[in-house]
This record gives sequence, structure tokens and C-alpha cells, in this order.
Amino acid sequence: MDEPRIGVFVCHCGRNIGAYVNVPEVVEYVKGLPNVVHAEHNLYTCSEEGISAIKKGIQEYSLNRVIVASCTPRTHEPLFRSACEAVGLNKYLFEFVNIRDQCSWVHMNEPEKATEKAKDLIRMGVAKARLLEPLEEVEIKVAPSSLVIGGGVVGMSAALNLAQQGFDVHLVEKESQLGGILRNIHRLYPTNQETTKLTNPIIEKVKNHPRIQTYLSSKVREVAGFIGNFDVTVDRDGRESKFNVGTIIVAIGAEELKPIGQYSYGEMPDVLTQLELEERIKNGESVGKDVVMINCVGARVPERTYCSRICCMNAIKNASLIKESNPGAKVWILHRDLMTYGVDFENYYREAMERGVRFIRYSLERPPEVIGNGKVEKIRVYHALRRTELELSCDMLVLTTPLIPRQDNQEISKMLKVSLDEFGFLLEAHLKLRPVEFAMDGIYICGSAKWPTDVAEGISQAYAAASKAAGPLRTGYVKAEAITASVNEDICSGCGTCVSLCPFGAMELVSKGGKRVARVTVAQCKGCGTCGAACPSGAVTMNHFRNEEIMAQLEAPWYNEAFVESKGGVIGEPG
Amino acid sequence: MNRDDFEPVIIGFCCNWCAYAAADLAGTSRMQYPANLRTVRVMCSGRVSEILIFKAFAAGADGVLVAGCHPGDCHYMKGNLSTSRRFVAMKPFLGAVGIQPERLRLEWIGASEGSKFAETVRSFTETVRGLGPNPLNRRRNGL
Repeated sequence: MDEPRIGVFVCHCGRNIGAYVNVPEVVEYVKGLPNVVHAEHNLYTCSEEGISAIKKGIQEYSLNRVIVASCTPRTHEPLFRSACEAVGLNKYLFEFVNIRDQCSWVHMNEPEKATEKAKDLIRMGVAKARLLEPLEEVEIKVAPSSLVIGGGVVGMSAALNLAQQGFDVHLVEKESQLGGILRNIHRLYPTNQETTKLTNPIIEKVKNHPRIQTYLSSKVREVAGFIGNFDVTVDRDGRESKFNVGTIIVAIGAEELKPIGQYSYGEMPDVLTQLELEERIKNGESVGKDVVMINCVGARVPERTYCSRICCMNAIKNASLIKESNPGAKVWILHRDLMTYGVDFENYYREAMERGVRFIRYSLERPPEVIGNGKVEKIRVYHALRRTELELSCDMLVLTTPLIPRQDNQEISKMLKVSLDEFGFLLEAHLKLRPVEFAMDGIYICGSAKWPTDVAEGISQAYAAASKAAGPLRTGYVKAEAITASVNEDICSGCGTCVSLCPFGAMELVSKGGKRVARVTVAQCKGCGTCGAACPSGAVTMNHFRNEEIMAQLEAPWYNEAFVESKGGVIGEPG
Repeated sequence: MNRDDFEPVIIGFCCNWCAYAAADLAGTSRMQYPANLRTVRVMCSGRVSEILIFKAFAAGADGVLVAGCHPGDCHYMKGNLSTSRRFVAMKPFLGAVGIQPERLRLEWIGASEGSKFAETVRSFTETVRGLGPNPLNRRRNGL
């Protein structure tokens, strides 16, 4: 490898960095570091101007290493890497230094210390960049088909979308019929359309589409492999089917909380949840003349702090429908706040009020009480706005409860190696930058498994997930991240420590030249480095995070100023 | 050196998926913590071998923080378990070679725990400040 020629681009990020870190001073300092042949500052390095400055710098100064000191690699590394690639510099010769999220923003009251820290961090980056090596990415073939887990309206929409684009889809549903939670829902807000009018045509299309194979009463038992090449085992009453897909969409929905023990639920006959009310309405059963609904039961409370978003609208819908079929009925909604976002939902709420649905705000400090002996007779509620206590006669109490994550999320999380959030919902890679994707490549998420969503939102997410999942299928190949382990077979003693530690089965022992050595299946290696850290012979190298590279970073904070002046000094070598 | 002037340098190995994300979150939430941390990003806390920890101390770090995902949440399923096993042996070893074991800390910090990250840096910086300079830091000790 040629002598390193490093270019450093320090970003002001407007005032985000520039107001707390003395960027020009940092640039002057960086110019003195060994092998740094160019350093400049940019108002926004991620802007078009900044990107072309990087490209120009690489060409003008024959840079063979590039450092950007700015926000965080978690959002912007791909952008800067591709700028390097665009002018022919291998993207693994790029190094990111985080001086915003982990420096300027967390030391806003100490600009001098922030500036010193920024210098240290960049010096560590330079120390590593000097030792970076170019890496090549392997191309992996992608099987032109997808697995969709969950046969609700969201999963079906995703499956149909993919099938209509010409890809084979395996749709797995654990129940004996398609439709998911909507099978229990009578009408949909805000149009009050009958649910079956929406779902039946979708179910028919799914059943009749030649590219969709549906597995009912089935569970995904095992998923092995990686993007482009997942080996899937589906189990139906002990009978297994196996197939291979390129990408996976998870659409397993959520379920309604059953508030056992709250407001006499489970103890009195006419205390039910919204979903149970829907079933009664759907079956034409009587629904009471004095109906009280209590919102936020089990939601936005200390043990479950989130707002489930869709339940306010659902309560308003059911209240309206009761008023519509029996205008003489009294319907009260006891709420804490109302989540009726957007023009349509606000109108819907207003129409419910006009129709005679009454809204009372209660507070969590003084929740409503159920009065009755064996059956519900009255609800006592403290009217938080009028500051008086009211007693409402009641022959049916409906509890509005949140959607909660399915128990299946735990299994899915372990099987697909995807994360859960603090509540147990499946966690997408990034709210804004990578919606509907998991951090794990080739696996996508849509609908209420991720967060409570209504039908319209769920279908939009299904289309988004399908279009993401179709990308690799259409291209036909993906490039595997080159940050993987590699084995020096000459010094490998064949002990197998790495094999037992690797959770991805990427390490195996093979015979070579009469001895046992470890071998990496690059496409399966995720690059965690656990094998390398444990290798007793030092035979496993973690590309891009090699011992030499990290050790150079570790010594850089103590790098002697005198070396800077003599140039050519070795950052990683203490004096 | 006067102990009051002592500004410890702390090396923080952060795993890309949890601890590093938490550190970013502390930033986007504008939580303030002492400017003594020098982060080294690794893909998984499981990458942080005994040699790297010892190298950090040998180079002069006054404290070393290794931060990874909570058990069960590891992006690589069980890399963090390798780390915790390693710590069982590493702490007494440091004591035996004259480096107070309190200079080494392992924390599980989830991606959504920006405040835990900030609090960890605050409390660890104070702990290390109390311990004084790393006896192996040759330059600072004028050796």
C-alpha cells in the first residue's frame, strides 16, 4: 500500500458543531498530524457542496484516505462512503469521526473542552485511517421470492403487491383463515365501511393469485441464512415445508389488551372491551341503552406508558354506531385526551358530538368507579373540567384498551435476530432514515407489530415494505458488507473456539494440507468480532476493526505534541 | 500533579448497535456529561478482547468503559455474553498488576437509553477522578 495521504473534512453542521467547537482551530491542528495532506472545514459536509469538496479533494491532493468529522456514522457514513467510491476510492478507506452527537451536543457549556475533545477524536481517527485497508465486497445471489409472515390485511397487501410485481410469495398465517384481527371488527373508521367489503376482495385476490402460496394454520419454525438466501421451515401440525426466499416481511400485527381485574372486567357480565363490543354489534346482539366507555384503560399508565393511537377513534366509531342504530341511547365516552389527528378524524369526532355522543374528561388521579351489585348499574366519574363528581346510569360498560405486542414478537425476535423496543414491539432500523426496515438486512416490518396502526396506515406501510423487499429481488444480487472475519490459516491451530462462539454458523473447521483450520463463510459472517477477540492464536482478523487499527486509536489520545512538529511521527507509538 | 487539576482520560468501547446509538441519543437529547470520554466504536462489545483492554491501560487510559447491548438484546445474539465472561477474569488480573479494578467498567446500555449513557459517563468519570492518574501513564507521570 502506498504511503497514506489523508484528507480531513471537518463539518460545522451549521451551528450544531460550529457554535461549540472551534472548527477553524481544529482544522489548523489537524493539518499538523502525520500523513494529513489536506484539511478543510465545510458548513455542511453532507450538502452537495460538501460532497463535491470531498471528491475534489481526493482528486486534487491524491488522497488515499478520507476522514469526515461530523454528526454520526449511524446516519451519514453511507453517504460519505459513496462520495469516495464515486471518484474511485475504496469505501473502506473512509473513516468517520463523531464530533456532533458525541461531542458538541453533549458539551455545549464547555466549548474549550469540546474543542480539545474534537482534536483528540480526530487524532484517533487519523491514527486508525493510516492503517485502513481496502476491502472488497462479495456479491450474493438473491432468490427471487419473499416470505410474508402474517395473513392480516397488512400482510395480505404486502404479499399481493409483491406478487403483482412478478415475485413468488409464501404467505404464512397461524390461524385457519386469512383476515387477522379485522375478522372481529364490524366497521372501519372514518368511512364506517363494513370491514368485509374491504377484506373479502383482498382475500379473494390473495387466494387466486398464482404467485402466492398460502400456508394456513402454520407457523414459521426456523429461518436460517441471510439476505438473498433465507432457508425457511414452515410447520403445519407437525408437517414441514421448506423453501428458500430472498427477503422477508413481518406483518404479525398486535392484539387487544384484556383488562382483567380493572373496572370489574371479567367479574360483571356487561363489562367488555371495544373488540368484544364489535362482535356483539356484528352479531346483531343488543348493546344496551346507557352505554359508558372508558378510554386509556391500561394505556398511558406507569406500567404501560405508550399511547396506542387508534383506540380513541375506535371508541368514537362504536359510540357513533350505537347512536346511529338507536338515537335514544345515551352514550358517554370518558377520556383523558383524545387522539383524533388529521382533518378526517377531527370531522369524525365533531360528527359524533353532533350525533349526541357525550365526552367527559377524567383524570388518572381520580379514575372512574363502577357501582353495581353483580351487574353494572352506575359509573361514578370526577369531571376534571367541571371539577364535580357525576353518577351516570349504565347498563353496559365498554373499556377502551390499547393494542399490545403479541407474544409471538419474542419468538420472531429470536428467530430473525431483530430487536424489540422497551414495550415488546418490533423495532425498525431508524424511524426516519430507514422506516419499515429492520437493522437486519433483507427483513422488513409493517403494521401493528411495530406500533399500533390503523388500516390505512398499515396498508401504506405494507406497500412501502413490499417495495423495499422487491428491490434486492429485482436487482438479483446484493453486496455483502466486507467487515467480516478472516482466518490466517498458517497460524490457526484448529482449536474450534471461534466455531463454538459464532452465533451465525459462519465459522467451520475444515481439513487443509493435513491439518484442521477454521474457515469463514463470508456471506454468513456479520462482523461482530467475537471470534477474533477469543482466538488464542491471534489467527482471526476482524477486517476494518483489526487489532493494529484499534490499538493505534487507543494510543492516540496521548500522542506527544512534539511528534506533530517533527511530522512523519507515528501516532500509534508513544514516546 | 494536583489531584484537583486531574482530568482523567477515559476510553469508551461502544458497540455499534446499542451503546453507540445510546451515546448518539444522549447527543440528540442534548444531555450534558463530562468531556473526558474518548469513544472507540466497535461492532460488538464481544470484539473487545483482554488485549485491547490492557492496551488501553498500558497506553495511559485512566479508565476503560466497555458498553454493549443488554443480555438477550445483543445484535449478534450472544457477543455481549463473551464480554461479561471476559470481565470475570479481567478484573482480578488488573488488580494483580497494580491497576485498580474499578478503573474498568462494563455497562449494558440499550439503544434507547441515552440518559443511562450520560449518567454512566458522569459517574464513571467521578470514580476515575477519585482514583487519580493511571500509574502506567508514563508521559503524564514524567517517566
